[in-house]
Amino acid sequence: MSKTFTLDGQPIPFSTGQTIIDAALDAGVYIPHLCHHPDYTPHGSCKLCSVIVNGRVCSACTFPAAEGQEVLSHTDELNEDRRRITQMLFVEGNHLCPGCEKSGDCKLQAVGYYLGMHDNHFVHFFSPRKLDASHPDVLLDLNRCIFCTLCVRASREKDGKDVFAISGRGINKHLIANSASGLLKDTDLEASDRAAHICPTGAILIKRTGYTTPIGARDYDHQTIAEVSLERERETHDG
Amino acid sequence: MTDKKLKIATVSLAGCFGCHMSFLDIDERIMELAEVAEFDRSPLTDIEHCGNCDIGLIEGGICNSENVHTLREFRRHCKILVAVGACAINGGLPAYRNYIPLEECLGESYLDGIGVENPQIPSDPELPLLLNKVRPIHEIVKIDYSLPGCPPSADVFWKFLTDLLAGREPVLPYELIHYD
Repeated sequence: MSKTFTLDGQPIPFSTGQTIIDAALDAGVYIPHLCHHPDYTPHGSCKLCSVIVNGRVCSACTFPAAEGQEVLSHTDELNEDRRRITQMLFVEGNHLCPGCEKSGDCKLQAVGYYLGMHDNHFVHFFSPRKLDASHPDVLLDLNRCIFCTLCVRASREKDGKDVFAISGRGINKHLIANSASGLLKDTDLEASDRAAHICPTGAILIKRTGYTTPIGARDYDHQTIAEVSLERERETHDG
Repeated sequence: MTDKKLKIATVSLAGCFGCHMSFLDIDERIMELAEVAEFDRSPLTDIEHCGNCDIGLIEGGICNSENVHTLREFRRHCKILVAVGACAINGGLPAYRNYIPLEECLGESYLDGIGVENPQIPSDPELPLLLNKVRPIHEIVKIDYSLPGCPPSADVFWKFLTDLLAGREPVLPYELIHYD
């Protein structure tokens, strides 16, 4: 008999040491997330995957599943919190979708669609951020960075490099490239690196590939991020 | 519903009229709309000031003092005020100037730009003063609904207005929600 917990009343099997979000994804249940990726060490920073575990709010990406847990995820209140969190991400950075070539393939945008977010609610920061176009093949646009650290983790854990890091605190927090000049061109990043492809938003883009997939045929044009996320999860497991 | 037609006002502030063009893409459905609604202030009617209306559709963000006055006039006169399109919702394309000091923007356009003759910053008292930053409209007045998109498709306008006219809470299906 495998061990199970309940997620919104549905029994979810899990293996020892598995987090709530990974067990849920394996069972075909989507919990909204941005900084989580099953291939990388959990970071627990975006808080979109906040769920209620036995009455307390926890991050599903860091909280270990346990026998008999009662987990709530798709409640109106949690989804309202998630919508507000997404709106905060939108006003903190400079996310102007009509001018972004990631539009349609962007997870931040897709989470907004999924949560029925129609506006940004809060006052926009409009704070100027840097754009680094120095690398021959990769563009780094900090306006769109949401500090999920997936590129940091991908570079360290999969590429065996250490190209990215987060520097500064609070409102001054920003992504940096690991080179003496601070420029991406002086790091050992290559366009084939996992770190160059993992960004959920348009902060890291491969040059000269924009709009190769036309608008209308992109990831989230006809499918929700829940459907796409579970499909990818199945492909990874079957592969 | 009574025989009295609903009144709709529309305006483009710091926008490109693309949302209005998209609204007109409802094509022949505008005849159906005209049976139950009439237009007050709008580029379609050329009425200069907004009377009491049921629905106000605002395209574009706020870039100058006139935009602020117009937006407040709409808020005073419209029972339901709607942010239409990316610029109204987050500033959109005009908000790209927010990352450059206003003085530099004016300098580039009117003093130092290539081909500028008789360089001077326009200062006619008739001209509305620019705000230091372009702002989305919800930062100035309360907004009741937002229709995302650049522009929102004709079907977004149609779904939203037919829901409202039928007395339903407007709901956009997944395929109609786009930020681009």
